[in-house]
Amino acid sequence: MRTAALPFDVSRVPPIDQAGIEERAASLARRSIKKGAKRTGIRLALSMLDLTTLEGKDSEGKVRQLCRKAIRPLPEDPALPHAAAVCVYPNLVSIAKDALSGSGVKVASVATGFPAGLVPLPVKLEDARRAVEMGADEIDMVIDRGAFLSGELAKVADEIFQVKAACGPARLKVILETGELETYDNVRRASDLAMAAGADFIKTSTGKVAPAATPPVVLVMLEAIRDHYLATGRRVGMKPAGGIKTSKQALHLLVLVKETLGDGWLTPELFRIGASTLANDLLMQLAHESSGNYQNEDYFTKD
Amino acid sequence: MSTTITTGTPEEKSAAAAVEKIAAERPRIEFGGAWDYSPAPESRDIVRLQKRYGLFIGGRFVPAKSGRVFSTINPATEETLAEVSEGGAADVDLAVKSAEEAYRKRWSKLKPAERGKYIYRIARLLQEKSRELAVLETLNGGKPIKESRDVDLPLAVAHFFYHAGWADKLEYAFPRHRVSPIGVCGQIIPWNFPLLMAAWKIAPALAAGNTVVLKPAETTPLTSLALAEICREADLPPGVVNVVPGAGETGAHLVNHPRVRKIAFTGSTEVGKLIQRALAGTDKRLTLELGGKAANIVFEDAALDQAVEGIVNGIFFNQGHVCCAGSRLLVQESIEDVLLEKLARRIETLRVGDPLDKNTDVGAINSKAQLDKIRELVASGVEEGARLHQSSCALPAKGFFFPPTFFTGVAQSHRIAREEIFGPVLAVMSFRTPDEAIEKANNTPYGLSAGVWTDKGSKVFRITSMMRAGVVWANTFNKFDPASPFGGYKESGFGREGGVHGLKAYVELS
Repeated sequence: MRTAALPFDVSRVPPIDQAGIEERAASLARRSIKKGAKRTGIRLALSMLDLTTLEGKDSEGKVRQLCRKAIRPLPEDPALPHAAAVCVYPNLVSIAKDALSGSGVKVASVATGFPAGLVPLPVKLEDARRAVEMGADEIDMVIDRGAFLSGELAKVADEIFQVKAACGPARLKVILETGELETYDNVRRASDLAMAAGADFIKTSTGKVAPAATPPVVLVMLEAIRDHYLATGRRVGMKPAGGIKTSKQALHLLVLVKETLGDGWLTPELFRIGASTLANDLLMQLAHESSGNYQNEDYFTKD
Repeated sequence: MSTTITTGTPEEKSAAAAVEKIAAERPRIEFGGAWDYSPAPESRDIVRLQKRYGLFIGGRFVPAKSGRVFSTINPATEETLAEVSEGGAADVDLAVKSAEEAYRKRWSKLKPAERGKYIYRIARLLQEKSRELAVLETLNGGKPIKESRDVDLPLAVAHFFYHAGWADKLEYAFPRHRVSPIGVCGQIIPWNFPLLMAAWKIAPALAAGNTVVLKPAETTPLTSLALAEICREADLPPGVVNVVPGAGETGAHLVNHPRVRKIAFTGSTEVGKLIQRALAGTDKRLTLELGGKAANIVFEDAALDQAVEGIVNGIFFNQGHVCCAGSRLLVQESIEDVLLEKLARRIETLRVGDPLDKNTDVGAINSKAQLDKIRELVASGVEEGARLHQSSCALPAKGFFFPPTFFTGVAQSHRIAREEIFGPVLAVMSFRTPDEAIEKANNTPYGLSAGVWTDKGSKVFRITSMMRAGVVWANTFNKFDPASPFGGYKESGFGREGGVHGLKAYVELS
């Protein structure tokens, strides 16, 4: 077994004040996003969507439907941006790859023993490698939270490093599962660790554990990304996922990005929203913005 | 923050150019226009302004005896909002007499629980009209609507609710004492939190059984007059609350009126001293809540991003028109560079402009006079050799605005480190050890508030206990609650407002 040195200095991870970070996130939730800003924000959020289905009952038909939705969210409006990616289990990667070919929508696959991550490292590496072979452009891996919480930071970092190598050209998103890390200090430490170990994106949650992408957690991670960029010049992406259902939540996330990381991160290249049901609420709000009325939910396809 | 060398050898020049290139290539966070927020103005239609406002005396709005009026404006646009009657000696006399009569005949005779009911009623009416009053406060004072909506109004309401509860429980507030009211209270309030300060003054006075004559500041009389209207709607007996707008002269008449039993003043230290001098040798009671020059001390082990939020809140909340503003930043030398870089970046995201816009963080300076004072002190800072850092934000063409500003390289002897600026201007100094921080923080004639930032609990307790300031916040700033006493040490005044301590200023104990 390899033992790796920590790729970062734990003593330099800054403390996070719980009351302070929650207050800041709440104050940014009070930004008023209206009219043009709302329309632009919703379109932006749509283009940042990682449209996700991660259920045991997922089938080929389900994934193909979701892929159509990702390519053209609203059949009658071809001018709307397509989603950033479709996120599925490894067995469905080739279906998604086929359904999305030529569309510009990426295929993301969860891997490394998702969602718990409690499988041997060689299995995790093989899991990731195969998903890439089958056509995944992006790999969403989970960290070993047990190892993290018991202080084996080097082990966690080493696994990320090796999964990154196994991913080859695919971009690696590292899921921290913040709901299990519990404290903001842990979230910050895990963020710094994942970025130092080579993550292209850091991601809050699997969607299987609540709480997931709460605004203060997202803010802690955005600040970690900012500090990493200022120190190294490397831009790491951010992906909140889990429990994001409404346009209001999505716009709030964009506000957090805008006022923490600035213009550079307001792009699907560096910011994604992992969600399964958000798309229709975005479409519904968009329709409301242009018509002034809310439409019946049956006017939007349920995929 | 780069410097350009224009003289020197070619080698020096090329070295300087290389340094500049590296500085330019350093990663930077850009806050540009990638996704601009659209204007989100709160509608002002909810406020029905009258052309002219009278004095509120004996339960009625009446013109001044002299017929004199003054204009009150919107500092964000300089438009005139209304004319307001200016109280003279005769008006103050009438108001005090009406308060005295109400005290003798009605208010002091009322059962305490009944008194409480009136105060609850005022609280509820304030709450119902919160939106309208928040817009009015912003129109007349220039503060951002998000602050008048989320801070001023909820706190003002909370003060009335809190004190209404005390009205029939005074003997429990002061056990083993007989508690009686004082009589007519003269209350003079400032322009930075007009309605909130009126609530701080009126609520405990009424709860304890006193009647009041309130003089709002000359630039911000409108919400006090709206509160007067609410008192009328609440059927408060005529004369229990009187509101007499005017400037310093009106205040002086109130202070010197022989039938006033107590003066409560919130405002500048300069005027506070005049009042104390005027009351020397009289049996009038006095509480003063005056200026401040609070230190925010940030230790190297603090949660820095949250400390930056606290610093920003401390000095840019309400454009820095806050007596307990954290106007001096003491930062530990080991983290000075990183903290100031964070601060400089953060002030670029502050949205300065139309106070009625719901996304505005920093609104208008309250008056031309205050803007001139801020400019003068900032000029003195530059002249004395401190280094100026300002947000690059654009300021509206009309109205009184000043960009978020901080100074580095500030010495304890600089005017900007000694004098209260009462604007969005922060003086940054550094320290090496905790003892040095304590010494510098306390080295001011003021002592209203202070802030301490550290992730270490034991340090919080040690440092906060050594601050000579009335309120010390740890890992937060500008937190207020009606149950918590507020007031100063040294030239920041004496007496407390809020909680049982604040109530004590309005009762006679025997």
